[in-house]
Amino acid sequence: MLGKLTWDAIPFDQPIPLAAGAFVVFSMLGMVIFLAVRGYVPYLWREWITSVDHKHIGIMYCTLAMVMLLRGFIDALMMRSQQALAYRAPGYLPPEHYDQIFSAHGTIMIFFVAMPFVIGLMNFVVPLQLGVRDVAFPTLNSVGFWLTAAGALLINMSLVVGEFSRAGWLGFPPLSELKYSPGVGVDYYLWALQISGVGTLMTGINFVTTILKMRAPGMSYTRMPMFCWTALASNLLIVAAFPVLTATFAMLLLDRYCGFHFFTNEAGGNAMMYMNLIWIWGHPEVYILVLPAFGVYSEVVATFSSKPLFGYRSMVIATMAICLLAFMVWLHHFFTMGAGADVNAIFGIASMIIAVPTGVKVFNWLFTMYGGRVRFSVAMHWAIGFIITFLIGGMTGVLLAVPPADFVLHNSLFLVAHFHNVIIGGVLFGAFAGYTYWFPKAFGFTLDERLGKIAFWLWIVGFYLAFMPLYVLGLLGMTRRMQHFDRPEWYPWVLAAGVGALVILCGIFVMIAQLVVSIRTRDQRREPTGDPWDGRTLEWATPSPPPEFNFAVLPNVKGEEPYWGMKQRAREATRLTPEPEYEPLHMPRNSPTGFVTAFFAVVTGFALIWHIWWLVALGLLGAYATFVVFAWRDESEFVIPAEEVARIDRANRAAREAYLTQSQSQTQGQTI
Amino acid sequence: MSGATIRAGHDPYRIGHRHPELAAPDSTGHGEGGPAPQRIVVAYGFWIFLLSDIVMFSAFFATYAVLHGNTAGGPTAQQLFDLRNTGLETIFLLASSFACGIASLAVEQRNQMFTQVALLITGLLGLGFLLLELREFHNFILRGAGPGRSAFLTAFFTLVGCHGLHITCGLLWLGTMMAQFLAKGFRPYVERRFMCFSLFWHALDIIWVAIFTLVYLIGKIT
Repeated sequence: MLGKLTWDAIPFDQPIPLAAGAFVVFSMLGMVIFLAVRGYVPYLWREWITSVDHKHIGIMYCTLAMVMLLRGFIDALMMRSQQALAYRAPGYLPPEHYDQIFSAHGTIMIFFVAMPFVIGLMNFVVPLQLGVRDVAFPTLNSVGFWLTAAGALLINMSLVVGEFSRAGWLGFPPLSELKYSPGVGVDYYLWALQISGVGTLMTGINFVTTILKMRAPGMSYTRMPMFCWTALASNLLIVAAFPVLTATFAMLLLDRYCGFHFFTNEAGGNAMMYMNLIWIWGHPEVYILVLPAFGVYSEVVATFSSKPLFGYRSMVIATMAICLLAFMVWLHHFFTMGAGADVNAIFGIASMIIAVPTGVKVFNWLFTMYGGRVRFSVAMHWAIGFIITFLIGGMTGVLLAVPPADFVLHNSLFLVAHFHNVIIGGVLFGAFAGYTYWFPKAFGFTLDERLGKIAFWLWIVGFYLAFMPLYVLGLLGMTRRMQHFDRPEWYPWVLAAGVGALVILCGIFVMIAQLVVSIRTRDQRREPTGDPWDGRTLEWATPSPPPEFNFAVLPNVKGEEPYWGMKQRAREATRLTPEPEYEPLHMPRNSPTGFVTAFFAVVTGFALIWHIWWLVALGLLGAYATFVVFAWRDESEFVIPAEEVARIDRANRAAREAYLTQSQSQTQGQTI
Repeated sequence: MSGATIRAGHDPYRIGHRHPELAAPDSTGHGEGGPAPQRIVVAYGFWIFLLSDIVMFSAFFATYAVLHGNTAGGPTAQQLFDLRNTGLETIFLLASSFACGIASLAVEQRNQMFTQVALLITGLLGLGFLLLELREFHNFILRGAGPGRSAFLTAFFTLVGCHGLHITCGLLWLGTMMAQFLAKGFRPYVERRFMCFSLFWHALDIIWVAIFTLVYLIGKIT
């Protein structure tokens, strides 16, 4: 009746996962009860859960990412503390538990922190920057988000019910095959990622279509903001890479569930094929993550240097070059496979070539700052911190791309240091920069600058303290994923890395404090103009937070940096353009489709993990029924009356008028 | 939006999903005319999906190419494949696509009866294909050549089965589509969905042609 599921699945004998699981369960229950008692549930249902507004979906993506960042970071702290305690000692985490933790850490940080954060920023920003009212497929967008959340839920379920994979964040066979991982851990891993992967693919399709087919009049390709270009590149990579991930995981699932022989040691299976397939997805994946971060830096650096982005076109070319090259380097993840010197040389050279467009980007950011009036805001701190940190990570990457060096360094902590260097220094710093930069647009008030800067310094110091020792440890020969060790020369470096993790923890605390303080003092930090940073792209033309229709009348784009152009014209004419005629607007109606689909996805996934076949059938039937109910909907839109549009836009115009007058008098004061 | 200077008289730049008849009919979405009308947006998005689906198939094709020689002492492609059956399958599938093409003509004529008959024929031919494929699979398994026998058979069953699974989903979609034409008539959104369905159905033919050539023909010859 319940397949493999019995009471043994709940780890009553292991205090740590039990306590962690209980904490998660009780905090979720507590949250639900709190929301129900305070009567927030109808509001949440109406405005968030069923929302198809790209801005709300973007905010939910970022929230999911930040919550999962805490989970993933707790895993990191456990690993660091285990290694700090495990010098000639067993430490406090037994190997089977430690292996689950490093697997969960990698899986969560990539799939449920970096991905949702980046996708959340794209969701929020891209339609605003393109000057349109929504994405191409709003309901699909909601489905994509909820499927990602469903995957995250399944991963967290594994804390309480059953176990997680011990086969690393990419689940390499033959270890991940049924013979060597007979438990449900790998199944949790595979189904959670299959479900969220489908969600990501939907996002990719949606955004490619949005960016290529839905832009404000006059917004030609070479006028698109840099962030939109990087989002385009990233989503093209999603469309081309995620299907391979789905196929690869499907093969491993067939091996595990139906006794197939894709990657087994027996009957002609080929485990190295898994390495090739997974890295054909996996290498583009790092660019899926980092390209939008590059886009954030481009926006931040240009805005806070009060200058147009230097070398816009070279930046576009560099972005698309990286997009293309991303598919030509996968083999550098396993030079030791034995493909031969010639193959390794080709992939090594291809990998090094990626440094060229990346270098173009770095110089472009530097030249954007050069001669600009640089304002050292928190977002700018993250951007500058990124440039330096990413440069180091990039150079160690080029080192690893040299096959003979890779033979020495592969699977060592040098590699771990390298990819944390680029992913934290590149993606996460970018996500934080974007979070700080667009927060006032999303909520109408700015984040506390002082606490933001403290958080930045704690993060960057903590980062260097935590990961530079790993480079040394790698060169000293320490391999990754060690549960204990007995080499005295490693010990001080391991301790230093542990201290670094604690400093990062302080950074996280300060970030939480920053959010709490900013919300509590939001009335003093209101931002009435909608343009707190003197921005250059169209999102700053809307009020903060933007109305659900974003633009009362679609903007007419006349050049690069359209909003900067509008401001300049308004300043020259000393007034705004005449008020447009307002028309009623048609906007997509909310739909619970995404939420319901995700519910059935969780049911189906859970049932598949535990081999509860009747529940699988029920879950699939439910998903199909949801699809039919959605397809039968007649009214997909509602109308916002022209008066309402006019009211909202007039308020926005009044704020801009005041801002214009104010800046006028300031300029006059200066000239006098 | 304060800086807008375009005539707001009828808000011509509907962003795709509202009132396609009012959208600038010539806008391509390339920047000059604003967002493309919804018909273009939907079809474009579906093409992107089809491309991603083809990428997924390419992973299965590559796997088959790697594993097709690894028979582990079991039956080989040459011993197993029966080109007569495959030929029959191909005829069914291509005829089904032809019927689907007829159905799109019927939809253009707004002829309910004609549409339903053509879609029914499409579905029955697709079902025939599926049954032939299942019969083949069943035969293989009876002869001890199931997917667990060797890596070659694993890859074969997965690649061909994945196509079969697509056909199955397509049939489910087709049935829903027929019911929707009956219940809703020829509304623009129903027609757009049908356009997507026919793209899907024809794309599966393309995949089948590749399977026919790369799996069956080459398997039988070598």
